[in-house]
Amino acid sequence: MTSLTAKSHRDPSSASYMMDVAAERPWSRVLKRGQTLRIIDSEGQQAVDALLYCRDDPAERYSAQDTLRVQGSAYIELGTQLVSNRGRVMAVITADTCGRHDTSAGCCSCESNAVRFGEATRYQHACRENFILELSKYGLGKRDIVANLNFFMNVPIDPKGHFTVADGVSAPGSHVDITAECDVIFVVSNCPQVNNPCNGFDPTPIRVVIWDAPAV
Amino acid sequence: MTVAETRRQIADANRRRYEELRAAGQEGLSRSLPELTAPDAAPIAADAMIRSEEVPAGWYATIRLRRGEALRIVDTTGRASVALIGWREEEMSERINCADTIKVQWSAALSKGRVILTDMGRVFMSLLEDTSGAHDVLIGGSTPASTRAAGGETSRNTHENFVAAAAKLGLGLRDIPPCVTFFAPVALDADGRFHWDGSRKRPRDFVDLRAEMNLVVVLSNCAHPLDPGGPAASAPVTLIRHRPRAAAPDDLCRTLSPEAARAFVFTDQLFA
Repeated sequence: MTSLTAKSHRDPSSASYMMDVAAERPWSRVLKRGQTLRIIDSEGQQAVDALLYCRDDPAERYSAQDTLRVQGSAYIELGTQLVSNRGRVMAVITADTCGRHDTSAGCCSCESNAVRFGEATRYQHACRENFILELSKYGLGKRDIVANLNFFMNVPIDPKGHFTVADGVSAPGSHVDITAECDVIFVVSNCPQVNNPCNGFDPTPIRVVIWDAPAV
Repeated sequence: MTVAETRRQIADANRRRYEELRAAGQEGLSRSLPELTAPDAAPIAADAMIRSEEVPAGWYATIRLRRGEALRIVDTTGRASVALIGWREEEMSERINCADTIKVQWSAALSKGRVILTDMGRVFMSLLEDTSGAHDVLIGGSTPASTRAAGGETSRNTHENFVAAAAKLGLGLRDIPPCVTFFAPVALDADGRFHWDGSRKRPRDFVDLRAEMNLVVVLSNCAHPLDPGGPAASAPVTLIRHRPRAAAPDDLCRTLSPEAARAFVFTDQLFA
């Protein structure tokens, strides 16, 4: 792993918000410009799917392809600017103790599970179900689900184009900090997938923490 | 047996199943990936032609295809790249999904024999013929900012083409998914950096995309943002709508992998 990682020394007692998100469940919150969201992989090897929308006009949202084009490389890591479909920086990765996150593999759905793993997996809970339910709180729907971020998910792409969801590299307590550059609706699905290694085949809870002020 | 032991056993069983599927997907396709189409192969018979049109550099075209029809995109000069998005005609919330396309096929290298999937686990288009094998699904089209960065001023770009084309279909920004770009040789090095491999572009490269459902596609003919030639690299392309032979039971795209076969089963159910 060549990526740089960095811990940020933030005091949980100064946080303005903290919540444990149960395994397989969604979560969302409006992040104000300047606020920092920390996602903690409490027990390790847990993928966290995420989408961002501009609060003032949710048609402007996180764009994986714009993010990779601006960055010139394929993975999300410390310093990555999360770019919108209008080319605006919505948020920045300001701390990362894991080192590699994906934004090319999308989220699991009942429909894609049935194609990938067989009809028997169609009736398993999936990230898209979580996203649809959480987005409905904001008047958004399936049309609004775009290629998402997958924090703590390891998806190496080799020079031949081979694409594998590999074993998660995040240890218990790994965290990633995302600092908002504008007011955003931040939506998370704590991934329920049990058919590939992204969750160590055993989905677990995560913790989300928000600070109002930048790290010192 | 403790709860922890049960969880571990379930996780172990899930892992074994995944490893079998991965091995089948990456090392043991149902049949091998074909050679690329030879430049002079796959002529279109006169009675199979529906319509041919030229799209000027920097512009876009919107095309409706019935299930079973095909679209040939020809990069006449070897300088163009063509970005594609599209929707299922009867239910336009269903649209192409690049992430599922590469994840389901265990490959980010789209080439002859592969398929483009929708977000509903169905096949949108099949890559029937392909002389190029150099297509991008990861970093998408040009934008106002990318043309400014490359050329000093904003020029025609794929983002604005998609917005304009979508508007004429009654769709908006939220309906525009990530795109596939044909004739865009984006390579990835071991560190994950993107590079442009211009040696893989040749005049008269073409792809044939067979519609697997009734669909609407938008094609944007703008230089890819990584093309070192910048926005000026764009050149006219030819789009030919035609009727290929009906898919036989051993059709390459329908039988390349167990995943593709399942996606076709789910697609055929729409029309059963």
